[in-house]
Amino acid sequence: MKKGLVSFLVKAVPLLAAWAIVLVLINAGIVTDYYLATMATICINIVLAVSLNLITGFTGQFSLGHAGFMAIGAYTCAMVTMAEPSVLGFVGGLLGGGVLAALVGLLVGLPTLRLRGDYLAIATLGMAEIIRIILLNQDATNGAAGLSGIPAFLDWNWMFFLTVATVWIIANFLHSSQGRACISVREDEIAAESIGVHTVRSKVLAFMIGAFFAGIAGGMYASYFYFIKPDLFGFLKSVDILVIVVLGGLGSLSGSIIAAILLALISTALQPFPELRMIIYSLALVVIMIFRPQGLMGSREVSLGVLNRFRRREPAVATASAAPAIRRDDDEEVV
Amino acid sequence: MKRTATMLAAAAMGLTMLAGCAGGGAAGGGNAAGDTIKVGLNYELSGPVATYGQASVQGIEMAVDEINNGGGVKGKKIELVKYDNKSEPAEATTLASKLTSSDKVLTIIGPATSGAFKAEIPVATRAKVPAVSGSATADDVTVGAQGVQEYAFRTCFNDSFQGTAMAKWAAEKKNAKSALIIKDNSSDYSKGLADNFKKTFTAAGGQIVGEEAYVTNDTDFNAILTRAKGQKFDVIYLPGYYNEAGLIIKQARAQGITAPILGGDGFDSPTLLQLAGASALTDVYFTNHYSSLDKDAKVQKFISDFKAKYNTEPSAFNALGYDTAKFVADAANRASDVNAEGIKTAMADTKDFSGVTGSFSMDANHNPVKTIVVIGMKNGQQSTAEKVAS
Repeated sequence: MKKGLVSFLVKAVPLLAAWAIVLVLINAGIVTDYYLATMATICINIVLAVSLNLITGFTGQFSLGHAGFMAIGAYTCAMVTMAEPSVLGFVGGLLGGGVLAALVGLLVGLPTLRLRGDYLAIATLGMAEIIRIILLNQDATNGAAGLSGIPAFLDWNWMFFLTVATVWIIANFLHSSQGRACISVREDEIAAESIGVHTVRSKVLAFMIGAFFAGIAGGMYASYFYFIKPDLFGFLKSVDILVIVVLGGLGSLSGSIIAAILLALISTALQPFPELRMIIYSLALVVIMIFRPQGLMGSREVSLGVLNRFRRREPAVATASAAPAIRRDDDEEVV
Repeated sequence: MKRTATMLAAAAMGLTMLAGCAGGGAAGGGNAAGDTIKVGLNYELSGPVATYGQASVQGIEMAVDEINNGGGVKGKKIELVKYDNKSEPAEATTLASKLTSSDKVLTIIGPATSGAFKAEIPVATRAKVPAVSGSATADDVTVGAQGVQEYAFRTCFNDSFQGTAMAKWAAEKKNAKSALIIKDNSSDYSKGLADNFKKTFTAAGGQIVGEEAYVTNDTDFNAILTRAKGQKFDVIYLPGYYNEAGLIIKQARAQGITAPILGGDGFDSPTLLQLAGASALTDVYFTNHYSSLDKDAKVQKFISDFKAKYNTEPSAFNALGYDTAKFVADAANRASDVNAEGIKTAMADTKDFSGVTGSFSMDANHNPVKTIVVIGMKNGQQSTAEKVAS
């Protein structure tokens, strides 16, 4: 019990330290609005990529409609906070958006996930377009002009907390029996069924959780960037999220996180060269995919648990204990 | 429980890393009271509406070269800091933060489109830095739910004025009694123009015989046009962008619809001629910011200078970009203190600023009061230009 607590602290302390350091830097004026905006993009992309990875990387269901769920979350959060501009309204809008996205996920997932194969890709593609067209033609959502002047509530504390909570919950889910069932569906649906896994339920559950967090990410977006319009949540947005997931590695949460950070850093570093920006960015993607076709991380994970090893080996010889930073999780996962 | 909490680490580490970079970056910036006036450009240089952004920037860079060669503003040269927002509103927000917090610009010019400009305004307002767009025409850009946006300005007329002016012109100059509207349902610009045209046209005693709709990226409009052919109307109002409008004009003329076709500044592109063909582009009129037919010496000088620099005819976006940069310089020149606050106050007080796209004064809503030009086309060429006052 005590050992578990220490192990937990080893992971929690660096996180808290990271949060506190950035908070101090913000208050000292060293981390300016611009860097905060970049971090908001990173956090939102992490939430989107991790939630899509649960559906596509871990459960093996190809979804092209993540932007649609994001749109539901963004519009719900925007409309609720505009009507009720308080922290309570923000939390309500965020959760409401997530729940609404999950319900739509249930509606789409239930019939299509009963089938095997790529039906979900087509169905989600259609669903995202339907959501976009509905938003485009409603007076309440202000049509193509979009909603502007959305009250901003997402500060550093919120974005950090929401991102950490998302990764924490999804990682926990994947290590639960339900999560294991999802991974077994990815590996072999028939084999999973034969050992008693309720494959449809597992798939729908993963899909709904993914949709929920995409909705949360949408709410985060609306609350940080002041302005949303239906065009933002088109097919290309879904592809952008998929790029992060594939680049990081299908079936690797830490891969998604690293890819989200890496892509944002590349994009930011290239801002002073507008003429070459998209060329270099695309070239970077091509090069990474040539040299790492399985994604940056493959299906491996890197985690703060590594720190526990250093703690245990501290008294031992230091040279031999240069443990690989990347640890294979294969022993624990169904392969 | 052993591993459940572990994945979070990467996120935290990455963010701390970024924070580290942030410290280094910010320390390098901050050129407060130098011998230049820093102006930020936040434009669509790539992405779906890159042509607007690129054209605006061409005009701006030309104007700034002229100003700097002429001695600058109050002896200070204008220094441009140019960024690409990829035609994405979120990127426009991020870049606006970068321009105000890291580059410490005194004014931001751009973005070209209303959506991206709206995404920039909250940042500009919080940083108390004026933002000017030369082409954000949506009505609600400078006036929000809480009244006028103190730090947002534009140098172009708004959508409702285009629709209103065209309706007035059609009723008075064309003696039109009935009109058919064909609008792009997926564009706020198109819907805004159509609504205002309808309001003014019916108020002037005209009748709208029908409203047809399409969406962006449609290519076959024969169904709409066949239905239209069965109706009687004096003019067609087609407030759309050149991509679809060009095809609609071509297909309408091919179907034998000869009624005059009226449109907005979305027609202003060489692509319109390529898509519609010269013979179809007859009896086509559109409202625009300026016309190259204008005999005004200032306009003619701008056209010849532009041709010398870029070897092509200037479009309205070039002219608007040029005027916007000159407007910023003019405001900085009149400002009691050359800082963001001073420039903002000077902008709001602008009286009779004379530009290529007409002279204007700023009204209380930070919209310029200026004339509009109705350009008539014959065989693919601009043949007439009439000014309509507001």
